[in-house]
Amino acid sequence: MEAASAPAPAPTGKVTERTLSERRLGWLLCAPAVIAMLLVTAYPIAYAIGLSLQDVDLRFPEEGGFVGLSNYEAVLTSGLWWTDVFNTLFVTVIAVSVELVLGMLIALVMHRAIFGRGVLRTSVLIPYGIVTVVAAFSWQFAFAPDTGFVNNLPLIDDEKAWFGDRFSAFAVIIMAEVWKTTPFMALLLLAGLTTIDDGLYEAARVDGASAVQRFFRITLPLMKPAILVALLFRTLDSFRIFDTIFIMTRGAQDTESVSILGFNQLVSRLNLGLGSAVSVLIFIAVLIIAFIFVRGFGVRMQEGRPGT
Amino acid sequence: MALVTGCGGDDDEGAGPTTLNWFVAIQPGGTIEEVAARCSEESDGSYEVELELLPTEADQQREQLVRRLGAEDDSIDIVGMDVIWTAEFANAGWILPWSGEQAQQVTEDVFPSVIETASFEGDLYGAPFNSNTQVLFFRNDQVQEPPETWNDMIAEAVDQGGLIQVQANRYEGFVVWVNYLIESAGGEILSGPEEVSLEQEPTEEALSVIGELARSPAAPPNLSTSTEDTARLGFEAGDSTFMLNYTFAYFSAEENAPDIFENLAVGVLPQVVPNEPSTPPLGGFNLGVSAFSENPDLAFEAAACLSNADSQLTATELDGLPPTRQNLYQDQVVQDAFPGFADIIQRSIENASPRPLTPAYTDVSLAIQRALHPPSKIDPENPTPVYEELREAVEDAVNREGLL
Repeated sequence: MEAASAPAPAPTGKVTERTLSERRLGWLLCAPAVIAMLLVTAYPIAYAIGLSLQDVDLRFPEEGGFVGLSNYEAVLTSGLWWTDVFNTLFVTVIAVSVELVLGMLIALVMHRAIFGRGVLRTSVLIPYGIVTVVAAFSWQFAFAPDTGFVNNLPLIDDEKAWFGDRFSAFAVIIMAEVWKTTPFMALLLLAGLTTIDDGLYEAARVDGASAVQRFFRITLPLMKPAILVALLFRTLDSFRIFDTIFIMTRGAQDTESVSILGFNQLVSRLNLGLGSAVSVLIFIAVLIIAFIFVRGFGVRMQEGRPGT
Repeated sequence: MALVTGCGGDDDEGAGPTTLNWFVAIQPGGTIEEVAARCSEESDGSYEVELELLPTEADQQREQLVRRLGAEDDSIDIVGMDVIWTAEFANAGWILPWSGEQAQQVTEDVFPSVIETASFEGDLYGAPFNSNTQVLFFRNDQVQEPPETWNDMIAEAVDQGGLIQVQANRYEGFVVWVNYLIESAGGEILSGPEEVSLEQEPTEEALSVIGELARSPAAPPNLSTSTEDTARLGFEAGDSTFMLNYTFAYFSAEENAPDIFENLAVGVLPQVVPNEPSTPPLGGFNLGVSAFSENPDLAFEAAACLSNADSQLTATELDGLPPTRQNLYQDQVVQDAFPGFADIIQRSIENASPRPLTPAYTDVSLAIQRALHPPSKIDPENPTPVYEELREAVEDAVNREGLL
C-alpha cells in the first residue's frame, strides 16, 4: 500500500529522507524478532550442520574428528534411508489427500450450518486438540488384538494383528493421522471459504448453474490459494511424522519414517555425527517441498502485497 | 546451600546430611523408597538418598540417563543401570570404577554371571542390586514335565493345539530371546567388546528354532509384535501351553487368572541342542556412581548399602525381584517369594549368559533386531541367507558404520 500511495515522480532514483527513516524504523522494529529467530533457529541449524561433518559419538569420547561429507555418504548410500524416505512420502501423500477431501466436506458443512455453528465448529476441532502421543496410544489400544474393540466389530477377523504386517500397520497409522489433523485442514479451508462473495453464487444460480457446477466453477477456483496453503502446511507437518509411528510400531514391519531414523541415530545410538546428517537431510527435504509448493504451484504467502 | 546447612538443626557444626540423588527405575511394590529410607537412616545423618524415579521401559530409562550424563549433569549421584549399559557408560567416562574393600563387599557371593555384567575391561563398575531371568511357564494339565528341548516343546504344543508365548516384537526383548538361543546352541554374538563371533553352525541352529516356531501353528498370531506383557496376557487368556517370561508373570497369573494359575508350573528354559544345558537370559540392575557426582565417596557408601543383602531381600519381598547373591536363595523370604521354584531361578541365573558386553551395545541390539525381524522371515530348513545378513549387520554395528 505504501508503495502505491507514495508520490509518483520521486526525484530520479533518490530515496527521500522520510522513506529512509521509515526503513530504519522498520528494521529496528524487526530487530528483536530477527535476533530471537537467529538464536533459536539459525544457531541450532548451524550447530547441527557442524556436527554432521564430524565423527562424534558420546559413547566414545576419545575418538572422532572432522570427516567431511562421509556421514552424508553413509546415509545416502544406505538402503534404509531410501526405504524410510519412501515410507514417509507414502504416508504423507495418502494422509494429506484423504485429509483434503474430508477437510473440504467438513468445511462446507461448517460453512453452511445454520444451527449450532459454534458447537459444531468446536466439536470438529476436538481431535486436533488431543496430544498426538495420547491419540496414538488410544488408537493402538483400540486396534490391539487382545484388548481392543476393533477386532470385535462385525466383518473384522477377531485374531487380526494390525501391527503385525506392513500394510495394515500403515493403514492404522494413516487413519490415526487423518483423524487427528483433518480438523486443522478443515479450519484452514473454512477460512478460504468465508472469503467468497455470496453474490457470485446467487448470480450463478440465476444463470441456472447446478450445485456441482457452482462448486467446481466458483468455490474451487476461488479457494485455490487457501487450498495450496493448507496443503503446504500439512505436507511439511506430515513429512516429519514421528509420534504416531513411534508409539504404534517404533518403526517395525518397515513402517519407519525419516524422523524415527534420525531419532535412532541421535538418541538411541548417541552417534551425533550420523544423526545430525540425517536431521540436516530432513531439513533439506522440507525446504525442497516448500520450494516446490511456492514456485511450482505458486503459493503466495503474502497475498495482496504490492510488487509480488 | 544455605537451606541445606540450615536443616542441620541443633548441631553446632550446622552440617546436615548430604543429599544424594539416586536415578532408578520405579518398582511398583515400593522397594526403592523402602531401601532408600533405610540406608539414609543407617547412615547416621551423613547422607540422605533422594529418589528420581525413571519409567519402567528400559529404553526410556536409558534415554533420560544418557541425556543427563552426556551433558555432565552433577545432579546424579547414583545410577540404577540395566545390566546391558555398563560397558557403554564406563567407556564414555560417565561412571566410576569400584575398588578395594568396597568392590569386594558388593560382589560377595554374587553369581559370576552377574559380576560379568557389572564389569568392563577388568574393572567393576556396578554394585549388583537385583537379578532377573526367564523361566518356562507351562500348563501341567496339558503336559506333565517341562520339555527338554525346543523341538520337543514345539511338537508338544502343536499336539495340544496350544500356543508358545515368547517376545519377538522389534525391541530389546527380542534380542534377549535371540541371545539365549545362540548361547544355548553353543555360540556367542561377540567374543570381545569389538569382536564378532557368531560361529555359523550354532548360530544357524538358533535361527532355525526361531523360524521353526514362527512358521508353526504354535506361534501366536501377534508373534511379531509380542512383548513380555502381550505374552502374559496371551497365557492368561488360556489358549497357550507354554510361555517364556520373567518371574512377574507368575504373580500376574495368580492375581488375574486364578483358573489358569491352578495349573501353572515352572521349569528351566528348554535346550536348543539336546543334552547341552540351556543358558537363560540375564536381566537386572547394577548401581553405578556418577563421574559427575560432587560426593563420590558418600555415593559409593550409599550404593553399597542400597545393594546389600538386606536391600536385596526387600526387593524380593516387595517386588518379587531375584537377589544377585547366591547365599540368599536359602533364605525364607526368597523361598516364600518364589514358592517351589526358587531353586529353578537360582539355577537359571547360575547358567545364564549375559548379552554382549560392548560400549556399542545399542548398535548391536538394533542390528540384530533389524536383521532378524520379523521372525517368520527365517526359513528353518535354510537359515543361511538370514545368518549372513545378521553377521554383516552385527559387524557394521560393532564398527559403528552405517545407519541402524
